[in-house]
Amino acid sequence: MTLCAHPLPAHGQALYETPTAPRVSSAAIKLSVDALHKSYGDHQVLKGVSLQARKGDVISLIGASGSGKSTMLRCINFLEQPDSGVITLDEQSIEMHQGRAGTRAPNPAQLQNLRTRLAMVFQHFNLWSHMTVLENICLAPRRVLGVSPREAEARARAYLDKVGLPGRAADQYPAFLSGGQQQRVAIARALAMEPEIILFDEPTSALDPELVGEVLKVIQTLAEEGRTMLMVTHEMGFARQVSSQVLFLHQGRVEEQGGPQMLDQPQSERLQQFLSNRLK
Amino acid sequence: MNDFLTSTGLQALSLQGFGPLLLQGTWMTLQLAFLSLGLSLLLGLIGASAKLSSLRLLRIPATLYTTLIRSVPDLVLILLIFYTLQLWLNDLTELLGWDYVEINPFMAGVITLGFIYGAYFTENFRAAILSVPHGQLEAATAYGLSRVQRFQLVLFPQLMRFALPGLGNNWLVLLKSTALVSIIGLSDLVKAAQNAGKTTNEPLYFLLFAGLVYLLITTLSNRLFKVLERRYNTGIKGLAS
Repeated sequence: MTLCAHPLPAHGQALYETPTAPRVSSAAIKLSVDALHKSYGDHQVLKGVSLQARKGDVISLIGASGSGKSTMLRCINFLEQPDSGVITLDEQSIEMHQGRAGTRAPNPAQLQNLRTRLAMVFQHFNLWSHMTVLENICLAPRRVLGVSPREAEARARAYLDKVGLPGRAADQYPAFLSGGQQQRVAIARALAMEPEIILFDEPTSALDPELVGEVLKVIQTLAEEGRTMLMVTHEMGFARQVSSQVLFLHQGRVEEQGGPQMLDQPQSERLQQFLSNRLK
Repeated sequence: MNDFLTSTGLQALSLQGFGPLLLQGTWMTLQLAFLSLGLSLLLGLIGASAKLSSLRLLRIPATLYTTLIRSVPDLVLILLIFYTLQLWLNDLTELLGWDYVEINPFMAGVITLGFIYGAYFTENFRAAILSVPHGQLEAATAYGLSRVQRFQLVLFPQLMRFALPGLGNNWLVLLKSTALVSIIGLSDLVKAAQNAGKTTNEPLYFLLFAGLVYLLITTLSNRLFKVLERRYNTGIKGLAS
């Protein structure tokens, strides 16, 4: 796996501000997040975090709770509105304009486009509880992408199969499935959008320990297929195994960043502390 | 008392010739109830959205609306609105330079009841919207559903689960409040029963009959609400049967 070719400075605002520097194959950069800032009231959650993903990258965001990793992920598809910073997908930066009440809001058309190309898997699955598994998977492809009902259903069944759920699960309601099954349905829902990037927000944190494995296995398969993924996770072993890049966040900053081997030889004291506290 | 029983038995079927009148009254009551229900549901959804809006400009009038309406007796409001509605409308048409528009008592009744019960439905819907787990809408947002789609495909079907029991209750109260509009001159079921009772000198008999009609409508409504509740509760573990 190729790592990010540019060793990014720790607070990473450099690359785009130095147009004179030769950029190596910038076309290959799929998604770039630059200097995100986000505060809730007086509390600054993100203090300028950046990352760059190339096609096929699997980037794990790790860190203690409150380090800002989930917020960073949620800013990428604007579930949270960043106070400043730039999101760039395929060299197209999302334009920000003044929204109401002085807040910044993304350009609606670009935002819509972005959301159809990035799919998200949530910690608590967030499957629509009034719809069957099949309806859950078909909803967005049909209503957002305009895929025909027949095609949507064919996709749904294919992806259900891919995440290892039997065909009869299609007509069940989410509440009647186990957590692991629900999360796999949620992954199938993400795949059915045929997204360019999948965002995972702590996909196994809400699961019983014995169900974590089945979900990780599915994510690993996706990683092996070369899908581009960003993942907030607490599973250090898994992150080491599937990631091409690991970002360690601490108090709203990227404290350390590198290949998965960084988890074996942490440089910063904070990461050493973080890893030793996890007893893994 | 004997007189009453024998006359009841014999003349029950023809309702002493007042059958058509009472039927018309019932029809009027139903029309009033359904149209005001439609209006109040609409006002309720708008009011709830306004109350939950981040804009103070919307929140304040909505809060004023629900607080004022819910703290004044229906009868007072009916009289107030009925007698001022026409005056306001006259001012408005004059201001806009339009022709004089007269509101008939029926329209006035519908608007009055709809406006009053809209406040109750607002509270109803507001609580229901707040009960829908946030993640449900978040997923819809992340997957690119538009504002309208989020409401139509995710929020509404889920808020109905929480709203239906309260809606059923408010509907019954609304239905019975239609009886109050007989005061403003509409010949609804109560008015028809009163008239029949006065003419025949048997007010008790006709009022009992009117009571039975209300009972019939509410019983049917309860059935319907049970069906709706079952429908909207599919997918909930332990509730759907």
